[in-house]
Amino acid sequence: MNPFASRRYIVAGIFIFVIMIYLFRLFYIQVIDNKYKLSAENNAYRRITQYPARGLILDRNGKIMVGNQAAFDLLYNPMDVKPYDTTELCSILGITKDQLKYKYRRVKLSKGYSAYKDQVLFSQLSEKTYAALQEKLYKYQGFYVQERTLRRYQYPIAAHLFGYVGEVDSSHIKKDPYYQIGDYIGISGIEKAYEKQLRGQKGVHIYLVDVHNRIMGPLNNGAYDTTAVLGKDMISTIDVDLQNLAEKLMKNFRGSVVAIEPSSGEILTLVSTPGYDPNLLVGQARKKNFPILQLDPSLPLYNRALAASYPPGSTFKLINALIGLQENVIFPGTTFGCNQGWAMGPIHVNCHVHPSPLDLKGSIQNSCNAYYCNAFRKIIDNTKYQSTEDAYKAWRNYVTSFGIGSYLNSDIIDEGRGNVPSVNYYNKYFGKNHWRSLTIISLAIGQGELGLTPLHLANQAACIANKGYYYIPHVIKKIQGLDTINKRFTERKYTSIDSQYYNIVTEGMALAVSAGTATYGNIKDIAICGKTGTAQNPHGKEHSIFICFAPKDHPKIAISVFVENGGFGATWAVPIASMLIEQYLTGKMTRQAMEERILNADIYK
Amino acid sequence: MIRRVNIWQEIDWITVLLYGLLVIFGLVNIYAAVYDDRHQSIMDLSMRYGKQAIWILAALILAMIVIMVDTKFFTFFAYFIYVLTLLLLLLVAFFGKEVNGARSWFSLGGLQVQPTEFAKIGTCLALAKYMNVHSIKLKTFWTMLRSVLPMAVIIGLPMGLIGLQPDMGSALVYVALVFVLYREGLPGIYLFCGFLFGAVFVFSLLWSETPQYMIMMIFYFFVLSLAFLNRKIVEVLAALIVYYVFLIAINLWNKYTSFDASPYFKHLFCLGASVTTVACMSFFKKILHIWWVIGLLIVYVGFGYGVTYFFDHGLEKHQRDRIEIFLGKKYDPKKVGYNIEQSKIAIGSGGFAGKGFLQGTQTKYNFVPEQSTDFIFCTVGEEWGFLGSSVILALFLAFLLRLLALCERQRSTFSRIYGYGVVSVFFIHVAINAGMTMGLFPVVGIPLPFFSYGGSSLWAFTILLFIFLRFDASRMELLR
Repeated sequence: MNPFASRRYIVAGIFIFVIMIYLFRLFYIQVIDNKYKLSAENNAYRRITQYPARGLILDRNGKIMVGNQAAFDLLYNPMDVKPYDTTELCSILGITKDQLKYKYRRVKLSKGYSAYKDQVLFSQLSEKTYAALQEKLYKYQGFYVQERTLRRYQYPIAAHLFGYVGEVDSSHIKKDPYYQIGDYIGISGIEKAYEKQLRGQKGVHIYLVDVHNRIMGPLNNGAYDTTAVLGKDMISTIDVDLQNLAEKLMKNFRGSVVAIEPSSGEILTLVSTPGYDPNLLVGQARKKNFPILQLDPSLPLYNRALAASYPPGSTFKLINALIGLQENVIFPGTTFGCNQGWAMGPIHVNCHVHPSPLDLKGSIQNSCNAYYCNAFRKIIDNTKYQSTEDAYKAWRNYVTSFGIGSYLNSDIIDEGRGNVPSVNYYNKYFGKNHWRSLTIISLAIGQGELGLTPLHLANQAACIANKGYYYIPHVIKKIQGLDTINKRFTERKYTSIDSQYYNIVTEGMALAVSAGTATYGNIKDIAICGKTGTAQNPHGKEHSIFICFAPKDHPKIAISVFVENGGFGATWAVPIASMLIEQYLTGKMTRQAMEERILNADIYK
Repeated sequence: MIRRVNIWQEIDWITVLLYGLLVIFGLVNIYAAVYDDRHQSIMDLSMRYGKQAIWILAALILAMIVIMVDTKFFTFFAYFIYVLTLLLLLLVAFFGKEVNGARSWFSLGGLQVQPTEFAKIGTCLALAKYMNVHSIKLKTFWTMLRSVLPMAVIIGLPMGLIGLQPDMGSALVYVALVFVLYREGLPGIYLFCGFLFGAVFVFSLLWSETPQYMIMMIFYFFVLSLAFLNRKIVEVLAALIVYYVFLIAINLWNKYTSFDASPYFKHLFCLGASVTTVACMSFFKKILHIWWVIGLLIVYVGFGYGVTYFFDHGLEKHQRDRIEIFLGKKYDPKKVGYNIEQSKIAIGSGGFAGKGFLQGTQTKYNFVPEQSTDFIFCTVGEEWGFLGSSVILALFLAFLLRLLALCERQRSTFSRIYGYGVVSVFFIHVAINAGMTMGLFPVVGIPLPFFSYGGSSLWAFTILLFIFLRFDASRMELLR
């Protein structure tokens, strides 16, 4: 027997030992450690997102207001790119070689750069550039074009209403994991409010790729793929012709126009000026234009129609009249004298020249300040209430029942809430029991701390037109595939004034237009009910305000017009509202001189 | 006196069966590794599996020819075959076709042959022939050295020539023949120390950027040396416990205070503490060969740092690059460690039961380099999972142990030594190849026997194996 024969066991032992170690190792990396399975997915799966086009926005008559246009992202795969004619590519893209180099450097330094993944070199190329590029693309190996859609606005109007679309930022991604870097999201206006419906649903196709990132085929024949769902089209309540006209008429003014259909709460027109062409904020142009708009001192990005809080001026007398009637402290026949003003103790409120004394109708027709100072005192000093505080509370409740002083809860974001001062506010300001009706007499004529948005005012006109109720104003009347819009827009909201009291106020408003402060806006054959306002404010000349609805019976449109620092309500706001009503109800405009005057106005010298 | 037997009856069919299974599994996995939808027939000759099928048929014919040749042919021509191989290696090193930076291919018409693979046969035969006559003399160290030297030359010559190509991986295979010397009487300590120094050499270069691993490895070698020379469990346990208690303590201290030590310093400190403890223990009780152990430790450390220093300062850049290629550090230009990471991802993503035949994504889509040749084990790991890879490893183990058993039943020294050569070569191929794909060994490109795509290696392994089976079949012819 060989003396070293037993060494066979050592050798066999080494073999077994090594294989055992390998088995342990295999067990560890294959069964225990999950790391490698994830890495394998990252390696071999490529998710290609299918971006759906956003839903269209149509006007109430079916005209497309917001559509889509194709845009093209130029992508390249760093591993696949072969040397190419840089001069030609630069000339197609319309850039210099240095800019191209700079782009490459930017891409390389960007977060998440990987030489194995497609990188966006240029985003949102125009169709023209794309057409030129497409012909030559075969020469550029490793370059691809991906189609995206951008917004296209058919009319250069209603920018504030539509809002705009932009790339998501990290806060959006954190809030909603649906979004990924490079996705678009509605940032303001309808685009933001109806983002979920407009955006549709991204789809994803999962492909298997090889080490060079070449697509080898769909994973499991597409079993895990999802198709993109197109965004839902929306029919808005906007009347594109009316909106167009309103923007044209307002172009020389700072201010706003809001028109509502009283019988439904549908917003027919919503203008805030100065505005901007929504096309300025589409695609690549947005990067350049947005800062310009943002720095403009006239605040073109600010939606005055929804957010700005103005003193309502004399238009608020309508509400005080209604409250007085409801509280039984004044009656249609109640008269007060006026001697170009009203004085009580140290307080003096001016008024203009008009017949005196006036009854309720006459006070609306002529917008008498003295009448409302008296009426307001009667409301607040009503012996029915224990204290001024209680009476004020009751008054405030009436006011807020018109939706004033709070968000109307419409479907457009960016709404302001205005201001109706609370009891606490006065208690703090004057001290408890240190204020009376006289202290806050400016509320009688819509001045003081009172603040209403143009939307509030238009809604107030709609309340009066409806004789006591309103629908929450909204801008979308139908969403594709849904039978109804949100229930809150189809429920009547009643004011706490009985319907009977509206008649006399409506009569007064009709007189104001036919033979009062707003006769400038009178149109033959259309009974307009309106009320002018001239709101004193700390920013200069008075705001010119007008609210109205027409026709008197079965009103079809309620409007509020604000012209900042425009002076008397009758000067600018009345003719603008009047022309809009004529256009909306008859489809044409007959008063050339009036139109020309407004189009040529130049009041901010 | 010679007794004639029927060769076909005496062939060890168990080994042949294992061989057959491994070859078939290899073909199936090559099919999976290069599979694509356009070429689905396994006999498609434009694809690697089609070609491999041809190589397998040819290998079977070769095997039959080998079986039919008389054993005397191999014993008689052993040196001749050896010298012929050396000539071929010399020729290929200078006139061969360069692939991946190494001249290891002869291009004969359309056929490419890798003499490196065949050199193992000649070397094993020559070693067997020499050692059949000359045994290892153990009288003194010097007589032993003198008797081993010619054997070392027989092993070293092809190794050196292959190193010239340079194909370090294939050269490394010859180190396995130390098993043959061990079996024939070389004291175990040389096997042990040789292994450790080889490991220190490789890993000190491999881990030059993370020296803490090197310190850890040296610590384990210290423990192993202690165990090997002293053969008492107490000191080994003491060394281990001291090391890890100190390591945990330092890490905790690190975590809860502002003290911040580099990992290298931590391990060095623990190593020092552990060695000091063992040294102190030797004052109170006799620890066999303690000074040998500590001497070895110092030599390990010195050797490790010496290698690193020599590598950084004593070598030209191109020489460094060669060695780095050998270590797998620069195997791939993309980045160091890319291949090994991809290989681990492929195997690891297989999970317990695998992704299923042809369902592997990592190997099929070329994330793993050389997936049909050197990294074929990844395909097994990815598509057949832990179950499949275990079965394959178990098959290889069964194959090796069977060969070992065959070796020990040989009546002639020649065939036993040759058999040990064969089994050593197979073992080191399996160990290095599988270890490399799992990240346990540097990436050196050597094939997995019978599995990897390639005619030369399949034929060489087949001839290597069947010469031994031929000897085994006729073992009864030699009567003692």
